[in-house]
Amino acid sequence: MSAPVSILRTQALTKVFRVGFWGRKVTALDGLDLDVQAGEIFGFLGPNGAGKTTALKILLGLLYPTSGQAWLLDRPIGTVSVRQQMGFLPEAPYFYEYLTAVECLRFYGRLFDLKGPALAARIDHLLQLVGLADARDLPLRKFSKGMLQRIGIAQALINDPQLVILDEPMSGLDPIGRKEVRDIILGLKASGKTVFFSSHILHDAEMLCDRVCILRKGRLVTMGRVSDLLNTASIQSVEIVAEGIGPAELSALQGLARQCVVQGSRVLLECDPAQVDRVLDAIRRGRGGLISLNPHRSSLEDLFIREMGRPATKGVSS
Amino acid sequence: MSRVLAIALNGMREHLRDKLLYNLLVFALLLIGSSILLVRLTLGEFERLMLDLGLASINLFGVLIAIFIGIGLVSREIERKTIYTIVSKPIPRYQFLLGKYLGLVVTLLLNTVIMTVGFLLALSVWSVPVTPLLFAAVGLIMVELMVMTAVALFFSTFTTPTLSAIFSLAMYAIGHLTADLKLLSEKPDVKISAMARAIANGLYYVLPDLERFNLKGQVIHQQAIGADVFALTIAYGLAWTVLLLILAATIFQRRDFQ
Repeated sequence: MSAPVSILRTQALTKVFRVGFWGRKVTALDGLDLDVQAGEIFGFLGPNGAGKTTALKILLGLLYPTSGQAWLLDRPIGTVSVRQQMGFLPEAPYFYEYLTAVECLRFYGRLFDLKGPALAARIDHLLQLVGLADARDLPLRKFSKGMLQRIGIAQALINDPQLVILDEPMSGLDPIGRKEVRDIILGLKASGKTVFFSSHILHDAEMLCDRVCILRKGRLVTMGRVSDLLNTASIQSVEIVAEGIGPAELSALQGLARQCVVQGSRVLLECDPAQVDRVLDAIRRGRGGLISLNPHRSSLEDLFIREMGRPATKGVSS
Repeated sequence: MSRVLAIALNGMREHLRDKLLYNLLVFALLLIGSSILLVRLTLGEFERLMLDLGLASINLFGVLIAIFIGIGLVSREIERKTIYTIVSKPIPRYQFLLGKYLGLVVTLLLNTVIMTVGFLLALSVWSVPVTPLLFAAVGLIMVELMVMTAVALFFSTFTTPTLSAIFSLAMYAIGHLTADLKLLSEKPDVKISAMARAIANGLYYVLPDLERFNLKGQVIHQQAIGADVFALTIAYGLAWTVLLLILAATIFQRRDFQ
């Protein structure tokens, strides 16, 4: 296997805003070190106000960093030509509402110097991809929030970019829309693109991402492969449901399980994975019947909530 | 260049779908048309009044459009966040600004042509003779509009739309007075302090002298102007336009879009 190629890199990226009349300093981003490799789906996670959008805006040239450096496709950010190979969907995107879907995409295409039949074909393909083929001649003024999100994704892909940066791509979408966006993101990965997206919807990130990082108050809290983060940090448990257990064994089970809920003849037990065999033995001894056994894996959401409780540190490595 | 063109064409499309433009245009045409009524109420000097009122209307409404749409060229993009999807594309910021500027200038040109046609119709109703000087006057109004659009765009790159409007209107008013102030301060029989004289002179050189673009007096009194003066005035307007656009682009380049 070839060595991973870095497609997005930041080094101690910091942004300090001055707010209010007296110019009070607020640090929105504090020494961010990131390294996103070509071909992966990278989740940029954190609660609202963690500094995700600030970081994305710096990468896209909308904000200037106070200090630190960043590179996209091995060129420093701010190089206009880098953006030729990038696509960007802002959070809750806004477009010229007097344009129709086709006019809008044509406009963005021209900013990439695309024209003629190639551009027309690309527009048709993208409208099909995002499910807006029927709304091609409708002015954006009449679009719903979900439709605007879709046209936003279409404009981000107009130049067939190598790196796609999406800010909260699932927000404002219904469950079907979210699934469609997930499919688009997976499709991009399948065709060799790199997707870097911010989200606070962890379920989506867990399903999609190869790697994630979690940001809090402008600082990186953790970064790594989803599977590694969940395995190393997870506290697994097993949920067992049984019925008809004799009273003596029942009291023994209460000692073995972390939690034991009795509902009539049915018992719900939550126990440590190491205790499962002993619990099952006790159920058999008490002549009980096993109804179900569910191992509980720690989710990204559990990890997220746990990390939010920890103090943030600078310079976490993957 | 094709990117600048894309921004300019999109800007024009936006202006042509903007109600403000039509309101001002209809009002301007009404005012030009009403000169016909005014002429009926005036004893003598029909021609003079009509020419004066017509050119003044074309100038005033052009300037209002230049300022009130001009101040929104950038601020509206930021306010509506449409700028996010544009600045993140491979287009340098100065090209975006230039595209927005050109979009409005072409709209203003279209507008001036429509108002001039209305004016010529009004003149033909009263058989007022039309001279080439009239077209020179309209041409210089257009140059003034280019300068004023650049003024509005310049202010809108660093301040709020309200303040941009106030500053631009002030610039327009002062720009038409500086030449008079300078002239007045230089008269030997006018007793003013050296400081006041310096201020009058300073304003004249620091701000654009918009009175240069005003040929109403010459049109009314049929005083021809030389081709050299005409060319120099156009060059003066273009120089101010370029200077203001460079300043605007420099400020815009450093802006953060929060």
